[in-house]
Amino acid sequence: MTDRIELPLAGTPFGASPSFLDLVRREHPDAVPPGGGDAPFAVPHGTTVLGLKFVGGIVMAGDRRATAGNIIADSKMRKVFAADDYSAIAIAGAAGQAADLVKLFQLELEHYEKITGDRLSLEGKANRLAQMIRSNFPMALQGLVVVPMFGGFDERKNEGRIFYYDATGGRWEEDDYQTTGSGGQPAKNSLKKRWRPGLTADEALRVAMEALIDAAEDDAATGGPDIARKIWPIAVRVTADGAADVPEDEVIAAVDAVVRERESPS
Amino acid sequence: MSFMPYVAPEQLMKDRSEYAHKGIARGRSVIGLEYTDGLLFIAENPSATLHKISEIYDQIAFAGVGKYSEFEELRIAGIRLADLRGYQYGREDVKARDLANAYSQALSTIFTQQMKPYEVEILVGEVDGEVDGAGIYHVLFDGSVSDEQGFVAMGGHAEELTDALRDRYERGWGLDTAVRTAVQVLGTTPETREISADQLEAAVVDRTRRQRRKFRRLQPAEVSAALAG
Repeated sequence: MTDRIELPLAGTPFGASPSFLDLVRREHPDAVPPGGGDAPFAVPHGTTVLGLKFVGGIVMAGDRRATAGNIIADSKMRKVFAADDYSAIAIAGAAGQAADLVKLFQLELEHYEKITGDRLSLEGKANRLAQMIRSNFPMALQGLVVVPMFGGFDERKNEGRIFYYDATGGRWEEDDYQTTGSGGQPAKNSLKKRWRPGLTADEALRVAMEALIDAAEDDAATGGPDIARKIWPIAVRVTADGAADVPEDEVIAAVDAVVRERESPS
Repeated sequence: MSFMPYVAPEQLMKDRSEYAHKGIARGRSVIGLEYTDGLLFIAENPSATLHKISEIYDQIAFAGVGKYSEFEELRIAGIRLADLRGYQYGREDVKARDLANAYSQALSTIFTQQMKPYEVEILVGEVDGEVDGAGIYHVLFDGSVSDEQGFVAMGGHAEELTDALRDRYERGWGLDTAVRTAVQVLGTTPETREISADQLEAAVVDRTRRQRRKFRRLQPAEVSAALAG
């Protein structure tokens, strides 16, 4: 990335760059993912994540499966993370790349906040993420695609917002719900039927779980809730009170409600 | 080549040291002290946005007195070092001692090799996540560093403040007592006066905080309440 925020003035640097990514690229270029590489072999890929709005915030959720070709590489992978106190990031795509991107993005936000003394605006965070995805584009051309979704609570507009991206760093804002990953299409179809404006936080969680279960039914690479082994989807909720993992018992209750509704009456 | 008159090294160091002392003495003071839940840094600072105290890392805070531009530069360098270390190794590997050493090296080099020494003193404070202990490192303009026990004052009237703190400091203070006493001590010098909450900047590194980042600024309302307490 060449967008240094440091500008020279009379021969000395003018302004301290608040970007962690710029710093680590300059000081330790070997510590960040390279912008090119060898032809890909089968690496683990994370599959379905989604995000939707409700009154007063957003919830983002993801299944736990990662696949490498036809192998289930990991059945407990985490794909949804709090990015900072007021935003969350969810990632589908090449798992190694995605983990790096999340870690760097979290540090980028924290570093900015500490250097400047202010949190980035939600818009600013969304833009920064777009630039970071764009720098992964050479890897994406070789099949190591990373497609994140970003959402958070906008303290200035006082509402939840969701952004989604493509592999080139294209960035769009979503009004109601969005999905990505291999099971994204069935999940989206499910959300289309179930989502409506004015959902409460609990209803939104239930709708999210239902969409993940639908995705798992139609997409082999998406893992459904595993009741026997107690593996549940992970959801992060962001409201004016901040970003936090939805407690597991709430997730289980929402999954239960969906499963019970589907049981044939006997 | 320009001709430099000979100056004895003793004289050179003495002049620089006097220059730095004068610069620091002009500014206001910062007090750092341990209380039950961690560390409190508190300073008289009429600006609500130009901070003397700030967060470096999860359990590490920074405070500076003297020339703003210079301790701001040190603060940013500290955050960069800490974030890089934490990224390359692990978050728990970022330690205040390491930072204090880096600051000490940098200030010592600047003191001996540059035209003008930095007119700053800084504190680097750290709490341990589980253990009931905290550390405060005090780094001077010439790079000398000391590990303070319990309390420390630096800036304009550091000596008087340190004496006053020595008389009054007790281990096991709650936050309110710590804030109240520190403010009373700050108000004893140069002249006795009452300092109101809006003239104060205060922050804690609170080991009981649920979040990974233990640093928290005290809001003016909280400081008022502690002072009234």
